[in-house]
Amino acid sequence: MIFRRPTFWLILLLAAVFIYLPVRAGDAALREDLILVAIAIILVSNLNLMIGYTGYVNFGHIVFYGLGGYVGLYLVTARGWRLQWAALAAGVVVSLFALLFGMGILRLRGAYFALATVGILVAVSAFVSNFNPFGRSDGLYLSFDAYQPLGGAMRALWVTYYLIVGVMALSLILSLAIKRSKFGLALFAIREDEDAAVVLGINATMYKAIVYSVSAFLPAVAGALMFYKNAMIDPSIAFEYMLSIEGIVMLMLGGQGTVIGAALGATLYERLRSYLLTSPKLSNFHLVIAGAMLLLVVLFASGGLIGWLYKFVPRSREVIE
Amino acid sequence: MIDGLMVGAVYGLAAMGLSLIWGVMDVINLTHGSMIALGMFAMYLLFSATALNPYLLLIPIIVIGLLLGIVVYWIAVHWVVGRSQLMSLLSTFSVNMMVIGIGTAVWSTSPYNVPFSLPGISFGAYTFTGNHIAAAVSALIIAMALELFLYNTRPGKAIRAVADNRDAAELMGISSTAVLAIAFGIGIALAFGSGALVSTLFPFTILSGSVYQLKSFVVTVLAGLGKPLGALAAGVLLGLLEGAVTPFIAVSWIPLIEFGLFVVALILFPRGIFGRATA
Amino acid sequence: MTQLLEVNGVSKRFGGLLAVSNVSFAIREREILGLIGPNGAGKTTLFNIVNGVYKPDTGKIAFAGDDITGAAPNKVVKLGLARTHQIVKPLNNMSVLENVTVGACFGRESLGLHAACEVADEVLKRVGLAERAKSPARSLTLAGKKRLEVARALAAKPKLLLLDEVLAGLTPTEVAQMIDLIFTIKESGVSVFMIEHVMQAIMKLSDRIVVLNFGQKLAEGSPIEVAGDPQVIEAYLGDEQIAEKLMEKN
Repeated sequence: MIFRRPTFWLILLLAAVFIYLPVRAGDAALREDLILVAIAIILVSNLNLMIGYTGYVNFGHIVFYGLGGYVGLYLVTARGWRLQWAALAAGVVVSLFALLFGMGILRLRGAYFALATVGILVAVSAFVSNFNPFGRSDGLYLSFDAYQPLGGAMRALWVTYYLIVGVMALSLILSLAIKRSKFGLALFAIREDEDAAVVLGINATMYKAIVYSVSAFLPAVAGALMFYKNAMIDPSIAFEYMLSIEGIVMLMLGGQGTVIGAALGATLYERLRSYLLTSPKLSNFHLVIAGAMLLLVVLFASGGLIGWLYKFVPRSREVIE
Repeated sequence: MIDGLMVGAVYGLAAMGLSLIWGVMDVINLTHGSMIALGMFAMYLLFSATALNPYLLLIPIIVIGLLLGIVVYWIAVHWVVGRSQLMSLLSTFSVNMMVIGIGTAVWSTSPYNVPFSLPGISFGAYTFTGNHIAAAVSALIIAMALELFLYNTRPGKAIRAVADNRDAAELMGISSTAVLAIAFGIGIALAFGSGALVSTLFPFTILSGSVYQLKSFVVTVLAGLGKPLGALAAGVLLGLLEGAVTPFIAVSWIPLIEFGLFVVALILFPRGIFGRATA
Repeated sequence: MTQLLEVNGVSKRFGGLLAVSNVSFAIREREILGLIGPNGAGKTTLFNIVNGVYKPDTGKIAFAGDDITGAAPNKVVKLGLARTHQIVKPLNNMSVLENVTVGACFGRESLGLHAACEVADEVLKRVGLAERAKSPARSLTLAGKKRLEVARALAAKPKLLLLDEVLAGLTPTEVAQMIDLIFTIKESGVSVFMIEHVMQAIMKLSDRIVVLNFGQKLAEGSPIEVAGDPQVIEAYLGDEQIAEKLMEKN
């Protein structure tokens, strides 16, 4: 049924563009740029499930990505697993972890939950920094032998890129599928009025725990893939609080609650971010600009760019979800 | 241990600011940490410029905090007060980002401190750091002033009325917008004050505020909303707990333990331990 | 014949306030039971206890033979007990149809999205909101929102419907329409338990009435019996309008 939605085909088109552009140009630099955008889209579209669909702000979303990276890299280096299984396992392990913790903290409402997610990020980061199998604060390193199964380091870079684009498409399709499902309906009801939702028969705590867990899966897989590609991981780069926050800014900018909004916000902001970080004058103001953007969106356009589109072109609601 | 008690008074002061805003307008002020940090720098700047007694400088610092708070209210908070908590979380958070961003650009992340020491007082084997005593006393004075203000003055009563029932207060002719702006201003002023006091105790950077923000949340949840003296008491309790625990555990674990406490307390007491956890 | 709903010795205290004190009553199938009482008598609290929002301190509640004391609201709906709220709670940014679909999806029959949509369509027609199906819920008038509350609850295919002051704030015409709707609900085999202040309506609709005052059951009986009960009249003397209306019945 979702194959009938125009947005589904937009997603496939987007993935096709991501694959076509760097391959056509044979340009590794472009691929590196796009992979960052793809990762951003994965993170933001899954974050959307919590913030946009369910109305619960997750400040610690990046923990899934980082933890997935750790599990994946550990399985490859210490256990000799192949990449695809390591990545899948990372997804499963991290979403189970999310389910477990989710059942605890999702009894908290609104802001309390948001603060608890920061706690989880901080706790996991501290734990990993002291955990021997994960290399404590030095982290884990991948020797180039690990790339042999994929045909060597050069090929591995391209293979992981395709896989990440695949995960990106999956994330967007998952968002679309949930949005149009009974599960999604329950989430939206929780967002609108959690007490009313419970009275209407929705076991809110269970649904929240499930979506929290689901929102962890693909970012964890992506983390495993990405850190495999980067050949290393350590606590400071795995659990960057700033990235979590930027994820929220990207989502709000693009249009929380919409599928395409997540992709749009991630793409625009990621490009802006790359520009800011390389510009000598502005790199200090990265945080200020992000903050200002967030404030402007919250004050004037809480539906983000896609929300604006819906306002001016009501018909677009059906086509661009 | 006694030092912990006195530092705890400062925690309580910081928490009061958070608790007041939370109780009055159901806004969780995520600028709290950065405002505490600004208070630290305000003391640093004023002290460097005037070399006056820091405890006297508290007064202008609190006034600056009040004014800044009102400005922040108008920019970010006023428009989101009625809307979902998600929006007020995000709007205050965005201001936090901007303040930290500017602060990092201006002051970088090297530590600063306020070189002012009061002589300590000794009782037998124990010496109480002079600065700690002065900080605790200042916190106490400010807390009592706030309590007096809220219960014995017209604006104070107006604030409590709006906290209780905003619609009813408006029907009585209280301009709730003005009240909210002032309440927010006072909340920030308290944050500034506590930051200023902390600057006399420990070295700091623009990022130091976040540690105190966390403590403020823990204290607020323990004490319940909108009760200044309750927050002070809970703050002292937290300070005592820290004092008892620090000899045994590395300092870096403390924020984690406090977070754990915070989350567990919320799960076990979703409506706050002593009072209401929602306005 | 087992009663549809049996409430036995239910009490609830909030701090120093005993909101509901030792209340017992029963509702049969195909019956409309009215619940009246002065403001603050504990009526909505009683509703909240029956529907699982509060756990009672004492007492038991049985629905269709099952003990539902303290069961969570989302479970109670699955057994066939749905409610509306005194202060309406529309899912504002969702359409009217989506609102009712939620009720149908998570009600007594766990329906899939498509089937739930069809149920929702039917219910909207019954309730008279079919034209506004695609509008966002927040765009409805108060009367519309009240009908939406009822529609959402009906979509759950309840055996017992709890209506909390569903007539408050409506114009006389709207009240008449709602009264008709409630009669058709009863005819379709659903029992109704309703809190109401609009006396003429509740006298007209109810098969029996329970009167609550200061958390205790003051009286129970047919509308005429209750209207003639001197204790009830005394309780309402503070409210002259109601006393008058009750007197009219005599």
